[in-house]
Amino acid sequence: MSRRLGTLLALGLGLLAADPCRAGEVVNGGKLLLTGGVTTLEGSGGGGLATWATITGYETPEGIGANVHATYVRTPDYEFRAYGAAVGLYDRVELSYTRQEFDTGDTGALLGLGKGFAFGQDVYGAKLRVVGDALYDQDRLLPQIAVGVQHKRAGQGAIIAAVGGRNDSGTDYYVAATKVLLDKSLVLNGTVRMTKANQTGLLGFGGNKDDGYSAQFEGSAGWLVSRRLLIGGEYRSKPDNLAGLKEDDWFDLFAAYAINKTVSVTVGYADLGEIATFDGQRGLYLSLQAGF
Amino acid sequence: MKHLVIALALAPTLVLAQEQPVDPYTQSNANAGASPVTGATLLEAFHGKAGLDRVVDDFVDRITTDPRIADVFKSHDIVRLRRTLKEQFCYLLNGGCDYTGREMTSVHKDLGVTTAEFNFLVEDLQAAMDREQVPFAAQNRLLALLAPMKRPIVTR
Repeated sequence: MSRRLGTLLALGLGLLAADPCRAGEVVNGGKLLLTGGVTTLEGSGGGGLATWATITGYETPEGIGANVHATYVRTPDYEFRAYGAAVGLYDRVELSYTRQEFDTGDTGALLGLGKGFAFGQDVYGAKLRVVGDALYDQDRLLPQIAVGVQHKRAGQGAIIAAVGGRNDSGTDYYVAATKVLLDKSLVLNGTVRMTKANQTGLLGFGGNKDDGYSAQFEGSAGWLVSRRLLIGGEYRSKPDNLAGLKEDDWFDLFAAYAINKTVSVTVGYADLGEIATFDGQRGLYLSLQAGF
Repeated sequence: MKHLVIALALAPTLVLAQEQPVDPYTQSNANAGASPVTGATLLEAFHGKAGLDRVVDDFVDRITTDPRIADVFKSHDIVRLRRTLKEQFCYLLNGGCDYTGREMTSVHKDLGVTTAEFNFLVEDLQAAMDREQVPFAAQNRLLALLAPMKRPIVTR
């Protein structure tokens, strides 16, 4: 998968180097500010916690866009880090890779895992825009709809098995619908995700309480304050598959600011509930994105 | 004599300021491509008809000089474009105007406009509205009426 991503990236860069004249021309940066969305903690184009139907990057159907991101969440007992890259092809297909690290810090010792113990996973994503245009179809109710997969490979298989997780890899499937209500300056999104992931996969997939796929919901609502600034909130429901480790739904409040078409910053307050017996995991969400 | 010199100097400008003839077509407000808003608040946000005309003038100045899209308008009747855009925007903002221009599909069918070019044009319109200090939410209400016109305008 990562090799395929590499090939596509190389192909993309090759096309960029091609002579930019009419007929078969590749235009970059043609999308309007912020309309490529930002990057979720799973590396897909979207908000912070919720994946959207938008294709990442500033490309239009004539071009290719790409970006890199780094995301940091600090809660009272844990530290979460994610970094990765994504490419958007012709505003149609999105491919992404993200590495997530969930650092237990001092809490690791209290959990009997050892101080500084870190869970981690690789997330490989692919998204296809199927129908609709979130921005231009202002005369229709139909939202922009995309389907996608996120294949996740977690480390720490032995610990995952010990806490009741059934697998250390799994695949999420989702359908996302995004609509901009431009006359009200609103951005709305709803996503249904079929998943077995425990804490998005960091604690494995399936569990001793429930080993099947379940449908989970992700919703975002944002208000465009200016061309550069979107503020809003998100909700993400999650499975609760592990008998011994309760898992909560997630919430956030965020402000996404596009400094320009290259750099955007997302600052938020995330409520991740209970993680690995430690409740009240609320704190700063910070994400930086750079691309074109 | 002095008057004659001025008249001669102005003559080319006057010729340029005339619209070129177009093939006959049926005039109708339905050609404007969207239904107008109700009420007067949106036009007020654009500072009335005078403010809206300033926005269109600045917008046309920008799109005809923007190196990213100026080529699209190269062989275009800019005098007519300026007038019909003023009519169209005034009609859409419920300013009591009638739109006398052609409908969107036939006007744009041979221009070969891309999505990126359409977006660059939107950016120029946003810049013109910023200059008139039209509030962002009001800008978006006009853009919401224009956005679906991407379908007939973008042909490749």
